[in-house]
Amino acid sequence: MTTQILFAGFGGQGILFAGKFLAYKGLMEEKQLSWLPSYGPEMRGGTANCSVIISDEPVGSPIVSEPDVLVAMNLPSLDKYEDAVVPGGMILVDSTLIERKVKRDDVKVFYIPATRLAGELGTPTLANMIITGKLIRECDAISYEHLEDALHKVVSARRANLFDANLNAINCGYQFA
Amino acid sequence: MAVVFEKPKSLTDAELHYCPGCTHGIIHRLVAEAIDTLGIEGRTVGVAPVGCAVMAYNYFACDMVEAAHGRAPAVATGLKRSMPENIIFTYQGDGDLASIGMAETVHAATRNENITVIFVNNAIYGMTGGQMAPTSLPGQVTQTSPYGRDVATAGYPVKISELLAALDGPEFIARVAVNNVKNVRNAKKTIEKAFRNQVEGKGFSLVEVVSSCPTNWGMTPDQALAWIDEKMIPYYPLGVYKDKSAKEAAAE
Amino acid sequence: MAEKVLMKGNEAIAEAAIRAGCRHYFGYPITPQTELAAYMAKRMPKIDGVFLQAESEVAAINMVYGVASTGKRVMTSSSSPGVSLKQEGISYIAGADLPALIVNVQRGGPGLGGIQPSQSDYYQATKGGGHGDYHLIVLTPASVQEMADLTSLAFDLADKYRMPSMLLADGTMGQMMEPVILPEEHVNVIDKPWAVTGTQMQRKHNIINSLYLVPEELERTNFERYERYAQIEKEEVRYESYMMDDAEYCLVAFGIAARVSKNAVVALRAKGVKAGLIRPITVWPFPKAPIAAAAKHVKAFVSVELSMGQMIDDIRLAQNCEKPVVLCNRAGGMIPDPAQIIAAVEALKGGND
Repeated sequence: MTTQILFAGFGGQGILFAGKFLAYKGLMEEKQLSWLPSYGPEMRGGTANCSVIISDEPVGSPIVSEPDVLVAMNLPSLDKYEDAVVPGGMILVDSTLIERKVKRDDVKVFYIPATRLAGELGTPTLANMIITGKLIRECDAISYEHLEDALHKVVSARRANLFDANLNAINCGYQFA
Repeated sequence: MAVVFEKPKSLTDAELHYCPGCTHGIIHRLVAEAIDTLGIEGRTVGVAPVGCAVMAYNYFACDMVEAAHGRAPAVATGLKRSMPENIIFTYQGDGDLASIGMAETVHAATRNENITVIFVNNAIYGMTGGQMAPTSLPGQVTQTSPYGRDVATAGYPVKISELLAALDGPEFIARVAVNNVKNVRNAKKTIEKAFRNQVEGKGFSLVEVVSSCPTNWGMTPDQALAWIDEKMIPYYPLGVYKDKSAKEAAAE
Repeated sequence: MAEKVLMKGNEAIAEAAIRAGCRHYFGYPITPQTELAAYMAKRMPKIDGVFLQAESEVAAINMVYGVASTGKRVMTSSSSPGVSLKQEGISYIAGADLPALIVNVQRGGPGLGGIQPSQSDYYQATKGGGHGDYHLIVLTPASVQEMADLTSLAFDLADKYRMPSMLLADGTMGQMMEPVILPEEHVNVIDKPWAVTGTQMQRKHNIINSLYLVPEELERTNFERYERYAQIEKEEVRYESYMMDDAEYCLVAFGIAARVSKNAVVALRAKGVKAGLIRPITVWPFPKAPIAAAAKHVKAFVSVELSMGQMIDDIRLAQNCEKPVVLCNRAGGMIPDPAQIIAAVEALKGGND
């Protein structure tokens, strides 16, 4: 099985970080995987996206052009990628920042007020991890296993104090109904 | 019988290709004498330039590297960084060091690379047949400034010693000449100091040697030596422009 | 077995270089290879190595020339516009028969171009780049694992044949992360009697040089160099063949283009179209033999590139134009998707049946 995930939003929302976390999770589960960021000046305040592929087979192209899972953290991202999602795929929407509904009716859609929830948790920058928590809950290909190990890989020792906050955010999203 | 004069050991037996009256031969000799005096030939690597001294690699008995035009300080940086115990020198002309290689020169100086740079300033491109150099004097007639260097269009000569001495980085910057016995003796001492600085780990040491080019200046060797006194030295005053260690010692 | 770690391609090159005994890195900042320099800046001081940010690409390659003269392993990295600046030095390194590694994480051109992935330095890398008759051994990684493995190989081949080698990657390969098993620490120590390390008054002086004013001598050095090149063309060709046994359509692609092409081959096979892929791992020497062999049973070749058809000549020549070669490409930082490749093959099929 191969799962192609596209994270998309503004630079600064932790798009690449969330993708990296899932990539490490795949590594812990001994899956094949790739992580490919957009790069360049666009990352500083413009749009940012990152392709993550987790698979049981060797990964071909690392570019996700037809995602199984789209995480849209701003309106331009939803506008740009909604139609690319494969039929039967999944779209996770940060409903704090995106007011409109998904137009497609052949995909599973989850609306998570991730930015609002992050504010309520006192960690306004962790909307990315809340929505990732929901992704882990809803995406069959990604289990809850190895979550803390993977998080240790992406939260540098220098910022170990942020570990609990990240874990908390993931669990908040995981439990969001 | 006592030997009173001999060729420095760190010069090979190869015959020099320089024109009659050219002062490169003197400067080669002074460099070789410094190497001999300090006993460093076995661990010295020289970097030859592009210009009249391009074949210097045949004349020095130590290991030699031929660099691309102007890049000798960068090549020397690579050599010195990978072999800090070795002694690395470059031997460059004015087109090489002060024109095409200006960036490499300034940055090796500002990094205070522990290398020795011998800069031969004869105010002309010799090897290519006498074109205007960055150090050609105002009004100087060359193949590419046939009406004399016009500072309005060709700019002013580059004063390397003054320019580099303004940097905080380099250890030692001096200008000497080789047009008479007194000046040659002083040049010998100065070049030796520039090598000794490196042996002692002091840093970037450059000696600008005001030199002649009778062939391309269109003069006899004697006239050329006199022209150094009349025209070159007034524009390029001799002296020590920077000596960081000496200054620090004086301050203590 | 060594641990699998997750790394960016650029970082994998840097770590693999260090493990291959490289302790000297010179570079100048440019996107999209900056992580490589940053990694070196962090690691080199801790392992008694040298990291130096040069004043220019020109200076950096000449510092490489200096270290290479001493016989020590040395590298520089850049991206397309910066690699153009290095060409003078690369020609000198080739002309002085020195081993060194140059990494080009390509971006779109010409000129300042863009910063997105490209393969448009193919001619520059494979046909010379600088002045004079010379080649580089050019290796093209298609995964982060290969970014590491081919770095080690590039150092070994450079030493073995006394010539510069190039890792020709692209922005995608540099920026992406994949699990990688880093090569073990290894330094193939080769005797380098030509190196300038000081005579120690024990031998005649060594001279590192590319100047030969006597044409007969210069000709001799060129002829000798090309004898070595002939040996490399015989012994060092590397490629991957994917589903080629019964293929009727042969995609030829390297690097990121090969990754996308593999997806296209799988999709075409699912549709019953017999497609296969030859992936050059060395683009100089170019894998001529497998392409010539494929020409015996395929109907056509498709050159899949992030450039304007630069590889087509090599594919044509490898099989003496026996079968047609069509181009399927994007340029300027764009990457073809599998659908485009599938359409290109299906168009050929329509034409042939």
